[in-house]
Amino acid sequence: MNRPSSVPTPATTGHDAPGGFWRTYVFSTDHKTIGKQYLGLGLFWAIAGGALAYAMRWQLAWPDTAVPGWGEIGPETYNVLVTMHGTIMVFFVAMPILLGAFGNFLIPLMIGARDMAFPRLNMLSVWTFATASLALAASFFVPGGAAAAGWTGYPPLSARPEYTGVNWGLNLWLLAHALEFAAFLMGGVNYLTTALALRAPGMTLLRLPLVVWQQLAAATLFLLSVGPLIAGAVMLLLDRTIGTGFYLPEVGGDPLLWQHLFWFFGHPEVYVILLPAMGVVMEILPVFSRKPIFGYRWILGATGVAGALSFVVWAHHMFVSGMDPRLAMPFSLTTILISVPFAYIVFAMMATLWRGSIRLEVPMLWALGFLATFVVGGLTGIFNGSAPADIYLSDTYFVVAHFHYTLFSAVVFGGFAGLSYWFPKMFGRLLDGPLARLHFWLTLVFFNVTFFPLHYIGLAGMMRRIANPLQYDFLAPHQWLNQVATVGAMALMATQLLCVANVLWSALAGRRAPANPWEANTLEWTVPSPPPPSNWGPTLPTVYRAPYEYSHPDAGEDWLPQSAAPAVAGARRTTP
Amino acid sequence: MTVRAGEYPVTAGHDVPGLAPGKLGMWWFLASEIMVFGGLSGSYVVFRLGGVGWSAEAAHLQVTIGIVNTLVLLTSSLTVVQAYAAAEAGARHAARLFLGLTILGGLLFLGFKAAEYAAEVRAGFTPGSGIFWSFYYTMTGLHALHVVAGVAVNAVLFASARLCTPHRLELAGLYWHFVDIVWIFLFPLLYLTGGQRP
Repeated sequence: MNRPSSVPTPATTGHDAPGGFWRTYVFSTDHKTIGKQYLGLGLFWAIAGGALAYAMRWQLAWPDTAVPGWGEIGPETYNVLVTMHGTIMVFFVAMPILLGAFGNFLIPLMIGARDMAFPRLNMLSVWTFATASLALAASFFVPGGAAAAGWTGYPPLSARPEYTGVNWGLNLWLLAHALEFAAFLMGGVNYLTTALALRAPGMTLLRLPLVVWQQLAAATLFLLSVGPLIAGAVMLLLDRTIGTGFYLPEVGGDPLLWQHLFWFFGHPEVYVILLPAMGVVMEILPVFSRKPIFGYRWILGATGVAGALSFVVWAHHMFVSGMDPRLAMPFSLTTILISVPFAYIVFAMMATLWRGSIRLEVPMLWALGFLATFVVGGLTGIFNGSAPADIYLSDTYFVVAHFHYTLFSAVVFGGFAGLSYWFPKMFGRLLDGPLARLHFWLTLVFFNVTFFPLHYIGLAGMMRRIANPLQYDFLAPHQWLNQVATVGAMALMATQLLCVANVLWSALAGRRAPANPWEANTLEWTVPSPPPPSNWGPTLPTVYRAPYEYSHPDAGEDWLPQSAAPAVAGARRTTP
Repeated sequence: MTVRAGEYPVTAGHDVPGLAPGKLGMWWFLASEIMVFGGLSGSYVVFRLGGVGWSAEAAHLQVTIGIVNTLVLLTSSLTVVQAYAAAEAGARHAARLFLGLTILGGLLFLGFKAAEYAAEVRAGFTPGSGIFWSFYYTMTGLHALHVVAGVAVNAVLFASARLCTPHRLELAGLYWHFVDIVWIFLFPLLYLTGGQRP
């Protein structure tokens, strides 16, 4: 049995966190509590975003009939639905779950720190995000309703209140974004500082688990890309309120400026979401294949190349915008180039599986589900990235299908992979297996039933953001596919009730989790589940090796924890 | 200054020499701030290169006030370094004096800027007077907000002897230099590209 070098004994891990209920559960500076707060807020918004999607899909399948439990939806409401669904899912679900929850919970535990470098800033971060959530929620109830200019908020539609009939809703939408960006900037500064300055003895950079690396890459991309959009959002707010003319051609401005600023951020942003999800999957694959990850250093290199390239691909969102057509070629090239590092990472994941002793536990199912669905989204991205194809595909449901295959696979498959993997560590209980398996398989099936037909409808010419496809004669023959997608979406949402039931039941009455239920190597599995307030006992753990030493020929067991002292005779000290 | 998450201090016992969390965090924060002003200035430059009639608009700015404000801000950057150096040397009174001078410089800058805004608005140039003025007010306004934030941080350190440590002075100084450097870019971009003066 590999003994991790410093398992805290019960005597050293008091659960008597000072300050009582409020300090412990609400205004806590503990990174684990903050991670769970982000998780809770993200899941709340996932339900809200899902409800909007339900109303949208019903309207598309059976236009202008009353949505059960909702009522009739006109084109104006439909615009609110598309706008808020996109905003909520990207900024208020994907980011709080993949970065806020996993980043906060995992980084200190995995690098051997007691908390984030700036615990109070961390608390400010989650409460700033809660304030952003409040602003966004309030925007549904102000006169004129919530923002209706698309999740991308393109001017001139967004620059003048009279164009959409929404005044305060859109101002609050901008405010919610500003607060959300501030929250994740604070988080990002904290992640980067913590992982660089607070590593445990022996935890060199090349011994960091990949999910930590991916969180750092995501935080860096966010930090360096969001600035221009913050500037752009200030300009949009000033255009709306005090009469500047940045985006208004009649006073010398240009609506395209917003598109450049938005997508300069927007494209790195999709990797801000994707990279942590890939990190989660790369954490799970070696554990359940009982093999080291394939090409650790090359994965880091590929991540770096992809991150750098992500700053020079943004105009592939703008091929039909009216920008200088000479820009199409270079941006097509960079976009197709960026698929190379991601293809490498996907191949590295598959090579990790190759000839492994695969354990099809629930986290592994989700990780493999991510791989299968993400590849489809990645391949359709190549069509969208090349200007000649994209000029035809732009703003069709093909694009909608593409980004749901990439983002849904990252957020839902990656998110559930991480949640089922770390649930025992977070809540100290094991998830119920059969229920979780059923949840996975139904989600996989209904996800494809929902989104695969959208490729076809898109190629047939159905535009994004139209409220009623039956207004177009050429779309009428394909309406049955819209209905298939809607039935799939409703089944997909109903399936998530299984997860809610499982999480509630398991958290209250599930089997108690041991410290290391998956026989994994990384540091978080050496502390009790759930970990005590300052994670480690009086001394920090010491790290002796890389994170994925599974089935090591010199070790007796098929796993070798990072902190297990090399005491076994003949055990090599494996430095990466 | 150790924050305690549970029963042990967060920053003790780590093995990464030479990386002070506060300084590292400040540099990451400044990197993100550079991108905010970079996006704004970049947009301005692209518009300016592609547009006409900007010189005539820019010629209405008062270069003299701009020059004085540049000198004021540069001087305050000097005094904030002197405050840090004095604090490092243990001279608390000198540190407070230099920090006070830095705050004074910031306030002076804001005063001149306010007078300038008032004169421009009286002359009929508001943020809605055209794209140059939209950029001018937004860029200098956002910068002025950062000056206000810097003055506030310095004032907190000035008011509290407990908080006024060399470490905090260094971090506040880094931020104050950043505010200064942004102005070094804004001043020529906005004031000195006005072409022929009337």
